[in-house]
Amino acid sequence: MRRARVWVPLALLVAVIAFAVFGPLLTVHAYDASSLLERNRPPVFAGGDWDHPLGTDRLGRDLLARMVVATRISIGLALIGTVIGMILGTVLGLLAARGAGAVDWITLALIDLQAAIPFMIVALATVAIFGSSLALFVAILGVYGWESYARLVRNSALSARTLPFVDAARAMGVGPMTIDRRHVLPTVANVIIVQATLNFPQTILLESGLSFLGLGIQPPLTSLGQLLGEGRDSLGRAWWLAVMPGAVIFVTTLSVSLLGDALRDRLDPTLARDP
Amino acid sequence: MSATYFLVRLLRVLVTVWAAATLVFVALRMSGDPLAALLPADLPQEIIDTYRVRLGLDRSLWGQYLSYMGALVQGDFGYSFRTNGPALDLVMERLGATLILTASALGVAILVGVPAGLLAAVHRNRLPDRAVMSLAVFGFAMPNFFFGILLILLFTLTLQWLPSGGFAGPLHLIMPALTLGLASAGAYARLTRSALLEVLAAPFMETVRAKGMPPGRRIFVHGLRAILVPLVTLLGFSIGALIAGAIVTETVFSWPGIGLLLVISVAERDLAVVQLIVILSAATMATTNALVDLALGWLDPRIGSARRSAG
Repeated sequence: MRRARVWVPLALLVAVIAFAVFGPLLTVHAYDASSLLERNRPPVFAGGDWDHPLGTDRLGRDLLARMVVATRISIGLALIGTVIGMILGTVLGLLAARGAGAVDWITLALIDLQAAIPFMIVALATVAIFGSSLALFVAILGVYGWESYARLVRNSALSARTLPFVDAARAMGVGPMTIDRRHVLPTVANVIIVQATLNFPQTILLESGLSFLGLGIQPPLTSLGQLLGEGRDSLGRAWWLAVMPGAVIFVTTLSVSLLGDALRDRLDPTLARDP
Repeated sequence: MSATYFLVRLLRVLVTVWAAATLVFVALRMSGDPLAALLPADLPQEIIDTYRVRLGLDRSLWGQYLSYMGALVQGDFGYSFRTNGPALDLVMERLGATLILTASALGVAILVGVPAGLLAAVHRNRLPDRAVMSLAVFGFAMPNFFFGILLILLFTLTLQWLPSGGFAGPLHLIMPALTLGLASAGAYARLTRSALLEVLAAPFMETVRAKGMPPGRRIFVHGLRAILVPLVTLLGFSIGALIAGAIVTETVFSWPGIGLLLVISVAERDLAVVQLIVILSAATMATTNALVDLALGWLDPRIGSARRSAG
């Protein structure tokens, strides 16, 4: 039972990643090549043929090829977004914990501000004001969640700074950069990793949510949320167009969440959910 | 609850709304010439100049800011480029639909989440507990736009029981409210479970047990009272999730509320409407959090006095 808690989600996640990495071997079609003669083909499980195993959309584009590209883009963007947010939050959290008045004050004020408006609204307003572009979209995904890292790192760093060996290092004249890198960062690393497993599924959900609304990834590029949004328009005729990308999103977020829970219990028993 | 505490909280709400309005102003000016974003590119120069004077964009940045804030204070939120009507009217006529949806969703979240959490805590580490906690993880990982589409597939296209979209009667409310509400139900279940487990392990429960109070009464008389504080705290947090979720849910079900209006306005870059919705959601969140704080101080006097002495 305890092993299944790790192996089942791990197997699911490996399957999704393998699909994204080796997917192009499964199909000869390009993800954006439309074909007027091959529109609206059903997938194999609904009476289609093996030339388009998952069928085609209303422009005759191969759905398997589109799913592979969409999975790559969704997972890639969520990874980039998670890493940017992690670095941004960790650096600001460390700087704030040094107690350099202004930085600490500004960081705390930004954390408060971020909590004052739902991030979805901030993201949509940013797209409305600056217009949608891939660079802006990546920046939005990167900024998302930084405050949870900043808050965690600041709190852990503040308590790490009172540890006797950190005090000793400071007394010996070690500079603040070196103290942060050699002594503070290693003690907060577990907290950061656990937070990343929480942040990653939410970044996927933000990416696919915005793309679903038509305000994230723009055609001809595609992502799982955008495929789902397209599939929604032909739900009555071809349910699989929406259900397949939705299922990949769900399996990915679910498996990372479950792995994160298991990781948290192992790395940081103080965060375990049971009191 | 002293009058000064109340005033301080009111001031914080106003400061938050002011900060949100200022941020929108700064972002709009950072994006370059606001007119370039607001007007079609192929307009003749005279018309652009007329707009510049009419919108006050020929004045200094500081002058623009003051007149912008002055207009907001007087309730003038500008005009929608899409409909040519006041942005405020557009939002107000959709406020009702969004309030009905979010209130029903909150009802679903609490009515499903709290009993499920109680069930899990009472049967700790047994089948009901595992089932509830697994469903909570599923709910956390399930995108609400996908869940909504699965509901449409089942109840509209397969069973043909419920309408798929729009708002023409109570039947139309069922799927949107379930989609938005169940997304938060997991958080309520988890919190109820852990709060109740904590209470059940508290020393005073030992006394209650020793007095011979039956288990059901122990939970309802002492347990529920003690978990009110964490539940009200979660209520404050979940308002943000509810507002964000309403945007997607309203789009999935074509629900004629503010969320759908926001999506349309962002796609068309109808900035006056977007700006008003940003300010409105900041005001809603700030007011809710202030009310939650006041409620917490009333439920648990220790919290109120601690906050007052802290500032």
